[in-house]
Amino acid sequence: MVKNIKLIAVVSLVIVSFFILLKGLNKTNNYSPDLNSSKIDFNFKAKFLYSNEETTLYELINDKDFSIINIWASWCLPCRDEHSFLLNLKSLDKLNIIGINYKDNEINAKKFIKELGNPYSKIVVDPSGVNSIELGAYGVPETLLVHNKTKTILKKYIGPLDDEKLAELKMIIKNEN
Amino acid sequence: MKIKILVLIIFYLIGSLNLSYAANSEKVDQISKNLRCLICQGQSVYDSQSDFALSMKILIQNKIDEGKNNEQIYDFLKSKYGEWIVYDPEITKNTFLLWLLPLILFVFGAILIIRKVSIK
Amino acid sequence: MLNQIGNYSLYIALLSSILIIIQSPILLNRNNINVSGRIFSLISIQSLMIIISFIALIIAFIISDFSNETVYNNSHTSKPLFYKISGTWGNHEGSLLLWLLVLSIFLLIFTITSKSLSNKYRILTLFFQEIIILGFLLFILFTSNPFMSLFPIPNEGTGLNPLLQDPALAIHPPILYLGYVGTSIIFSSSLAALISGSVNKTWAKHIKNWVLVSWIFLSIGILLGSIWAYYELGWGGFWFWDPVENVSLMPWFCLTALFHTILILEKREMFHSWAVILSITTFSLSMSGTFLVRSGILNSIHTFANDPSRGVFILCFLFILITLSIFIYFFHQNKIKNNIARTYIVSKETAILVNNLFMMFFLSVVLIGTVYPIFLEVINNDKISVGPPFYHKLIVPFMIPFLIFMAIGPNFNWIKDKIDKINLQQLLFFILSIIVSFIFLKRVGISYLFSLPLFIASLFLFFITIKDFSVKKTNLSQKISHFGFSLFILSVLVNGVLAKEYSSNMKVGDERKFLNKTIKFESLKINENKNYQSLEANFKISDKNNSINLKPEIRVYDQPQTITSEADIESTLYSDNFLVLNILKNDGFYNVRYQIKPFMIWIWISIILISFGGILSIVKRNG
Repeated sequence: MVKNIKLIAVVSLVIVSFFILLKGLNKTNNYSPDLNSSKIDFNFKAKFLYSNEETTLYELINDKDFSIINIWASWCLPCRDEHSFLLNLKSLDKLNIIGINYKDNEINAKKFIKELGNPYSKIVVDPSGVNSIELGAYGVPETLLVHNKTKTILKKYIGPLDDEKLAELKMIIKNEN
Repeated sequence: MKIKILVLIIFYLIGSLNLSYAANSEKVDQISKNLRCLICQGQSVYDSQSDFALSMKILIQNKIDEGKNNEQIYDFLKSKYGEWIVYDPEITKNTFLLWLLPLILFVFGAILIIRKVSIK
Repeated sequence: MLNQIGNYSLYIALLSSILIIIQSPILLNRNNINVSGRIFSLISIQSLMIIISFIALIIAFIISDFSNETVYNNSHTSKPLFYKISGTWGNHEGSLLLWLLVLSIFLLIFTITSKSLSNKYRILTLFFQEIIILGFLLFILFTSNPFMSLFPIPNEGTGLNPLLQDPALAIHPPILYLGYVGTSIIFSSSLAALISGSVNKTWAKHIKNWVLVSWIFLSIGILLGSIWAYYELGWGGFWFWDPVENVSLMPWFCLTALFHTILILEKREMFHSWAVILSITTFSLSMSGTFLVRSGILNSIHTFANDPSRGVFILCFLFILITLSIFIYFFHQNKIKNNIARTYIVSKETAILVNNLFMMFFLSVVLIGTVYPIFLEVINNDKISVGPPFYHKLIVPFMIPFLIFMAIGPNFNWIKDKIDKINLQQLLFFILSIIVSFIFLKRVGISYLFSLPLFIASLFLFFITIKDFSVKKTNLSQKISHFGFSLFILSVLVNGVLAKEYSSNMKVGDERKFLNKTIKFESLKINENKNYQSLEANFKISDKNNSINLKPEIRVYDQPQTITSEADIESTLYSDNFLVLNILKNDGFYNVRYQIKPFMIWIWISIILISFGGILSIVKRNG
């Protein structure tokens, strides 16, 4: 009798492990924790790209209803690909697009903008990458959608923007009213 | 015999307290060895030379200069990136089993052996 | 054409499997001596077919036959011949074919070398082994076929990852697989012995060779992987508790425990059930390892193709095998003759039980550490990392008593020994260890209170294993392996404590001072090679006695576009000097990392010694 109980116990353990591992196979490997806005301190200082003045990100996201913070660099190939999508977003008047130039050379950054166009209302630089860490970024490109009044992050994208993400962004902006 | 066992137990209780004999005791190194480089697939921030890792090292130095201690720096990074970024899983309600299970198994095995073995 | 040969051979092998599996139970009930003949021919045909298909794949790689999809994905005409050949098993499909090859060849060897054992036992072993082979054949033919055809035939391949073009990495997988697959024979054989009621001294003697062979290959395979990581990955480390590394370590713990248990089974006919359980567990760990690595479920540098559907197949196969063996164990364990002999506390048997206890503990730490994050994520949706700090904190405290037990245990007699065996000589060595450790750590200057117990235990084992060479009682292979292990632990400890690192951004002409050494960035040269361009830096490291030149490189490959950093390492018996370079965005400046690593070579030598003890044991028993 005892022997049978042991058998059932062991087999049950095995079956449970099996199902857990099976479920584990379907999990994605990209991990993006929920960004709770209260944990982001927008008060970090940053210098503008086109002048020597400093500002804080807090000041920048007070303009209009929504802000898009886009982290980019001239040496980043996918950033080139997504640039046209950012230009498309410029047309939305509720939206304020802010660029953070990540670990870049200012001359190259300005060349990039001159060549591909400027979707940003303001661009600040982050030469050490430290400010991007404040925003929970891994690298470039990354894009965040911020609700200016409540300072909450509505959406975060790791990787370049595309049609699908663009549509999603527009949808969220439309609904958040 | 019992005294010998007691001595052994004391020995490894002492030895088990925070055994890290890292050659380089710089604080930045110590902290960055415990952080996962998130874009690297299996390297620590200390080992990696990627952009992300380099920025992290600067950030850690900044925080140390601001006077933050290890605990605060880890908490800050965990709030940005989740528990996943720290290699040392703290003992929380999520992870107490992780730490406890091997110990329970050891005790269980020890009991099995003691029952099998005669003293005489 | 090669694709057809490969495919058809595999299908014939599949047919053989099915035939053997169907015929075995029938033959079991017949007691016919001609049995072996028929089954033996089927096994030979199967092995032949698998060998043919493997050769077909190698040839496809050598001649760059891009009509084969696997060759197309993993090779390139400009690859050197040696790496074209090793590319055969450097990919998912090819490596599975290698697994299959070793599975069937080992079965062939088993069939030939087991003639003195009972027919029933041999047929049952074949039966279970063929189930495993069948599983692999189905997996290969239906999800991971290395003989898929491409049309139109491409002109050039796409696989030229420079990181994989390395001699150590070329032989590391085959050696490792020999270790993993050896455990399959142990598995099949233990189930067969269980059912046929032959779990006894004879079986133990026979299976011991297989355990040793698996264990030796696994040890060397792990060694090669560590050496590769040290020389190639540029971080100066050799073990990272990466999931794939852990996966090779777990069967090693199990095999070590099993080997020692088999010794008891052979000598005293005790612990039969435990030997069977260990045999089943070892193979299950090998297979789980295959699952964890190939299914994409784990995040690691080593991951092969992340294909969840393949993962599902392996998972189901693995769990079928485990469940099958659990049921077999439960329903046949009453066939084991329980030895009512007593185990006395001071005896070699108890010492071996203690060894098993610690091996199982270390195994559980590594297993739980590797697998827990998966379970947590599924149950709680929380993702955590389990890295080196976890493993160190749990393993190190238990290593201390383990080392001490390992010093005094092996000299106990079988059955029963006297307590005053822990004698004056051992006590003197212990005191000597305390003194030496104290002086050493005090000179090094780190917070030695914490490391002292570990050093004392490790030195104690070291002294005892050296002293043991003069003891006549135990055999030479044991002495060598145990000494090798003590040398390993000691080298790792000393290396860990004494290693120094220096990092700085330098440009050509710069000079830096570190400890008593001067590091000068003398020059930078551009070299053109067959498939890469390299920036070769020349550094002079000098102290007041002598100087060495180290030449790390940065290599730019064009197919595919990759940049790698090659460290230059100068190894001597005393210490390694390690220098690696990394490009920075600031033009002209390079990040330079210089490491001094004392006694590094002894870490490798000690593992070779450990394995050599095993090799000696096989040769002596059979030679």
